[in-house]
Amino acid sequence: MASNEAVIGTGGLEVGGNALGRDNYLNHGKGLRSWLLTLDHKRIGVMYLCVILASFFLGGVFAELIRTKLLTPGNSALMKADEYNQMFTLHGAIMIFLFVIPGIPATLGNFVLPLMLGAKDVAFPRLNLASFYMWVGGALLALGSIVTGAVDTGWTFYTPYSTTTNTNVISMVAGVFILGFSSIFTGLNFVVSIHKLRPAGMSWFRMPLFLWGIYGTAILQIMATPVLGITLLLLIAERALGVGIFDPALGGDPVLFQHFFWFYSHPAVYIMILPAMGVISELVSVFSRKHIFGYKFVALSSIAIAVISFLVWGHHMFVAGQSNLASMIFSFLTFMVAIPSAIKVFNWVTTMYKGSIWLTTPMLYVLSFLFLFGIGGLTGLFLGALAVDVHLHDTYFVVAHFHYVMFGGTVIAFLGGLHYWWPKMFGRMYSEFWGRIAALLIFVGFNTTFFTQFVMGSHGAPRRSYHYLPEFEGYHRLSTIGAYILGVGFLIIAVYLIHSLFRGRPAPSNPWGGATLEWRTTSPPPHDNFATPPAAGDPYDVEAWRWEGSVGGFVPRTPAPEPAGS
Amino acid sequence: MLAEPTDGRVIEGGRAHHVAHHFDTAEQEFESGKLGMWIFLATEVLLFGGLFCAYAVYRSNHPEIFVYAHRFLDKTLGAINTAVLICSSFTMALAVRAAQLGRRKALVSLLTATIAMAACFLGIKGIEYENKWKEGLLWGKRFHAQLERPAAPALPAAPAPTAGASAPEDRSAIPPAAIGPRGLARPGQRGESLGVEGPPRDVQVFFSVYFLMTGLHGIHVIAGMIVLTLMLIRAARGEFGPSYFTPVDLAGLYWHLVDLIWIFLFPLLYLIR
Repeated sequence: MASNEAVIGTGGLEVGGNALGRDNYLNHGKGLRSWLLTLDHKRIGVMYLCVILASFFLGGVFAELIRTKLLTPGNSALMKADEYNQMFTLHGAIMIFLFVIPGIPATLGNFVLPLMLGAKDVAFPRLNLASFYMWVGGALLALGSIVTGAVDTGWTFYTPYSTTTNTNVISMVAGVFILGFSSIFTGLNFVVSIHKLRPAGMSWFRMPLFLWGIYGTAILQIMATPVLGITLLLLIAERALGVGIFDPALGGDPVLFQHFFWFYSHPAVYIMILPAMGVISELVSVFSRKHIFGYKFVALSSIAIAVISFLVWGHHMFVAGQSNLASMIFSFLTFMVAIPSAIKVFNWVTTMYKGSIWLTTPMLYVLSFLFLFGIGGLTGLFLGALAVDVHLHDTYFVVAHFHYVMFGGTVIAFLGGLHYWWPKMFGRMYSEFWGRIAALLIFVGFNTTFFTQFVMGSHGAPRRSYHYLPEFEGYHRLSTIGAYILGVGFLIIAVYLIHSLFRGRPAPSNPWGGATLEWRTTSPPPHDNFATPPAAGDPYDVEAWRWEGSVGGFVPRTPAPEPAGS
Repeated sequence: MLAEPTDGRVIEGGRAHHVAHHFDTAEQEFESGKLGMWIFLATEVLLFGGLFCAYAVYRSNHPEIFVYAHRFLDKTLGAINTAVLICSSFTMALAVRAAQLGRRKALVSLLTATIAMAACFLGIKGIEYENKWKEGLLWGKRFHAQLERPAAPALPAAPAPTAGASAPEDRSAIPPAAIGPRGLARPGQRGESLGVEGPPRDVQVFFSVYFLMTGLHGIHVIAGMIVLTLMLIRAARGEFGPSYFTPVDLAGLYWHLVDLIWIFLFPLLYLIR
């Protein structure tokens, strides 16, 4: 990342706040050691970005292999049936535990949160670095199971299969346990930072909505992940010692595992989506050049989602032997959680209404998000309805719903956020032209892949199967073509982002006209984030910034950037 | 309580302590540490919460197992251990006060006493585990006690076991289906038949729960001893005083939680009915 040798122009605030030629966090310390032992939240964020994108690549390769096998209904030379089981398990486990859960909080959150607070760092920098190395250790342990016996249970590790399969479940589960603690400590760090490091003038309701999203996420990480931890410990104890807690032959109850697992893993999907919603809340205001609509509703709906999400885990077990009363209550609560989600969507759309929408690459991802998350959320209601779920359970419909929310929601928002903060992170602009092409390809490829699966699933195609009936062949082929289009889209992104690191136009301090505090410092920021601590104002007062062609970015409308009020 | 920060340094009793660069005041740093610790304790409660939840599910589904099997635990040793831990909490609280007042000698001896009592707790726990091991009263598939024998020790109110009652080895190879939250409870085994027909089926469930809960607690006691030993080393060096005692305070919070969990475990496992 050392770009200190590539001095561009004169740099400096006077031409828009690019700091590539001067001291910044990227060149503040030199050598590998200064990176590996850094306590700087920005560097930790960048390290997370590298390893998380590597996991995303690995999980993506597995996905493409799975889709390639599914081109034909019968046996395939590409992989045998048990290898197929391992492949979809690894795809799921890597994408969920290594990429989507830590994705936005650990990378964008780590980088942006202290900057948005006008602070120098998160509350516990050492704990932050420890979380990173826990992630690395957990990931190595989880991936080590590929070599020592790739797990074939599916990413949910359901008992009793997970306690009897001869693959290396212990290594994978121990890895996920450690990843869980990495996630807990990241969440703990963020909660304390938001409570204790807010600057003067930033009351709770003057906080950027990204921080509200991160805060809701952190609460979920803190309160749900320990339950996953104990569940995984019990699973390890079951396999290693035979405690029998989940083994019916010893008086145990395998359905209890499902309750424990989903008590974490349902809130976990909100751990994945809440920060994405935070990103969208930032982007939609900035690129509509308009104050966010209904700030308090967007902020508090994050908390409402966090609370209700704890009470809906039973909707994963409608057909697993749950009492009818419990199923009805869980179904009702599942419909409830749609309300705060819809509140957010309506507020984003209303923010765009009569705004001057600026179709940059990040904004294209916002529009994708609204469309895809809308479909994903509404199909969630199909699955939350008891009778419909009996028909759709374990079909491709569930796979499609999940990918519309997690990919169409979280990954799209991650891409939007990455493109939005990329100039701040590395001080360079990427190619806007290729950015838009890639966003379009991903949108088209995604819908081709997964909308097909909705249709296929509603016709009853079971998920996770190696063989399938010939009448589904057309759908599977179309879906696979979509997956290839997606792959091309991601390759284009990889190429132009890496290219921008070396050849990109130097970024001004505020290329998009955001009013949150991170745009008040140089791009990339100095080691201590701010030369003078900025005073917080309204984070959505985007009208206070105007475009200045000579710097290729935005500058404050008033000559001296006096903060508005307190 | 805390001295005013001057150029980021607080000097008042103890050794000079540097406030980390991203905090404005020592007060802010102290409060952040405290909030972080409380949140961490919440995650610990939830970690144990899963086990308490498993306990509740199995006890409500199989009350007869719990009523029958808890008699095999040694109430006396459990009570002694409870007393030991409560005393250690007391010395820990005094240690925090000694740190706040900057009494180095008192701090060192109080921390030593706390660690010694933690070791005593583990020793007694070890004796209990050893007895269970000898009797074969173990978890899940390792359970091999002969429950029919009246020689089972410490059974003051044990009913006369019926010969030929189903030992775990005799039960059908095909388990009944799990039916949701009611688990595997069979009708007719609740209420009236409690503990009057000899050993119930699946006694090992109780011992699985017992070893999991006390085992996880034991790991936390060991972790607490490590943390307290680190505090002891730092206290001996004289690092704590009225201006800086955060680590001792936080270690104390953790230790109280470890004790508190035992306070719940003891009646739930040893004192049923």
